[in-house]
Amino acid sequence: MPSALLELRNLSKSYGSVAAVDRVSVSLATGEFLSFLGPSGSGKTSTLAMIAGLVEPSSGEILLESKPLNPLPPYRRNIGMVFQNYALFPHMTVAKNIAFPLEMRRMPKSEIAVRVTRVLSLVGLEKYGSRLPSQLSGGQQQRIALARAMVFEPPLLLMDEPLGALDKKLREQMQLEIKALHRKLGMSIIYVTHDQEEALTMSDRIAVFNNGRIEQIGLASELYEEPATRFVANFIGETNLFSGTVTEVAAGYCLVAVDGLRFRARHRSGIAQGQPVFVAVRPERTLLSDPKSPAGSTENVVSGDVAELIYLGKSRKYVVRVAGTQVTALQQITSSGGASFNIGDAVVVHWNAVDAVTIADSVRSVAASNPVMLSRSGEPPKGAVLARCGALEQSSR
Amino acid sequence: MTGGFRAESVWQALRLAVTALLLVFLVAPMIIVVIISFSSAPFLTFPPPGFSMQWYRNLFADSAWADSLTTSVEIVIPTGVLAMTIGTAAALGLARSRIPGKNFIIGLLMSPIVVPVIIIAAAIFGVFRIWDLTGTLTGFIVAHTVLTVPYVVSTVLASLQMVDEQYENAALTLGASPWIVFRRIVLPLILPGVLSGLLFAMVISFDELVVSLFISSPTLRPVTVQMWSDVLGDINPTIAAIGTLLLLFSLLVLLAEALMGRSGRLGRQGLLGEES
Repeated sequence: MPSALLELRNLSKSYGSVAAVDRVSVSLATGEFLSFLGPSGSGKTSTLAMIAGLVEPSSGEILLESKPLNPLPPYRRNIGMVFQNYALFPHMTVAKNIAFPLEMRRMPKSEIAVRVTRVLSLVGLEKYGSRLPSQLSGGQQQRIALARAMVFEPPLLLMDEPLGALDKKLREQMQLEIKALHRKLGMSIIYVTHDQEEALTMSDRIAVFNNGRIEQIGLASELYEEPATRFVANFIGETNLFSGTVTEVAAGYCLVAVDGLRFRARHRSGIAQGQPVFVAVRPERTLLSDPKSPAGSTENVVSGDVAELIYLGKSRKYVVRVAGTQVTALQQITSSGGASFNIGDAVVVHWNAVDAVTIADSVRSVAASNPVMLSRSGEPPKGAVLARCGALEQSSR
Repeated sequence: MTGGFRAESVWQALRLAVTALLLVFLVAPMIIVVIISFSSAPFLTFPPPGFSMQWYRNLFADSAWADSLTTSVEIVIPTGVLAMTIGTAAALGLARSRIPGKNFIIGLLMSPIVVPVIIIAAAIFGVFRIWDLTGTLTGFIVAHTVLTVPYVVSTVLASLQMVDEQYENAALTLGASPWIVFRRIVLPLILPGVLSGLLFAMVISFDELVVSLFISSPTLRPVTVQMWSDVLGDINPTIAAIGTLLLLFSLLVLLAEALMGRSGRLGRQGLLGEES
């Protein structure tokens, strides 16, 4: 990627024997909004701190505009950063806070005044320049922190869970404001969050972190439709996962034996017969019907009974007990009402093969390749039916 | 009902009386010293027969007292500045780094508060004799700095705990070098702690007797040593006059500390209030 603004190459950070960040490689295009999404302790904030220069990498390279950043101290990197608790200097007024990075760059006073006024109006707080941070609300402090981090026009802006301390309503409003600023100013942003909804709302691309590694990086729709790992499937949205073994592979679709049932699902490249996998199906892609008059697809059918029913306004969420496991199904409530079931009703859950995706089960794959653990590997295949195959390639860019 | 009420009021009166007695017990000696310092009698009597400023005149006329006051000032000011600088640097280093044996170092720095003064005094005396520092101004300043650094370290450490490390990180990402971060961000935020450390150091140095006794010489005596030898000789109200001056000095310092503490607390309250 020649036009990459920022590039991380095998970036690692370990504390003693613990790898906080493990060989992370990412590149960010100019003007892109990239989110680092993951649970706490997954290495996303450490990665951000290494880009800012606040944490020294154990190994790996950071390149900004093709120039190595590693030898530079944080105060020479010219990267803006917004901190979770805003970190506004409590002894300086709002205007002084925003002027600080400009003073560090020895800008003339008149120019500083112009820039401070401009950025304050950009975040809608023109009249607050003479206040102290302690006299502002959380949302206002957030805006000032953002103003301070972008007033010196850094090529890259880092944001470390900047909305974490705000309540839900304000957070959603700020998400849209930041998004609008990003679009208006064309800033390049790396945004750290543990909130998948926030990442989906704001980002061009999302990098999903787990245990110090990037599990998958891609568009929000790619992560949702094509989760590469079990972790991604679980972390982004809700999903039903069935553990099984591949019995047959064709171009695009494969058959998976799951506890005596067989499912047909899309697959990524590199799936082989006999491989332990998960089949992932989103609850809203399933259809519930009465076993006496089954509707919809005839492949991928499981029957069970309703164990739980949650009314969500625009949809109903059913938890269906199926032999040995359970399936969550989300059913839209339409104007005509749609089919509705009660707890204890026998139902059939089905879905189309195109809505199910196969994910390699790395844990069981390792176990299967280890003779000692062979006895604990997955169920043997139990026969399968093969049907039409749609074209599906791994769409990474 | 009246009986119960009576018993309660008796207890209350008793409590008041005990409190008043305790206060008198604590404050009376100081007041008496102040009164005697204005006595017209040539010896320590109470109540004094009349008013006179002669002991203050005597104090400033007697070159021994004037010299010892000058000596004290010459010790107290450099000691305060040195202890403030060293203590602040030590506190910063300890609070913001992950050096091994941090607690051990803190313990070592704090030891002059814990170890009996007489032991420190004997140790300093022994070393100073070898280094030829007894009876010198440098010796006094070095010895008093050792004794007062722990107070600065503890007040600065306490105020550093109120300063979020993210302020420093934010300033770094905004382009401030570590020295600028200290001068523009950290120092202003810990200033109340640094200044109260300075005041503590100065009061303790001014008040110090034991170590000073060991390392003073007949020609170089701080006020406390002068008082000590004066009391051992003939007792007259000059000692009360000097005592009154010391009391005044301590009161002023306490007042300054209280004022600073209040403004510091107010600032912090504002900070916390905004966060909740």
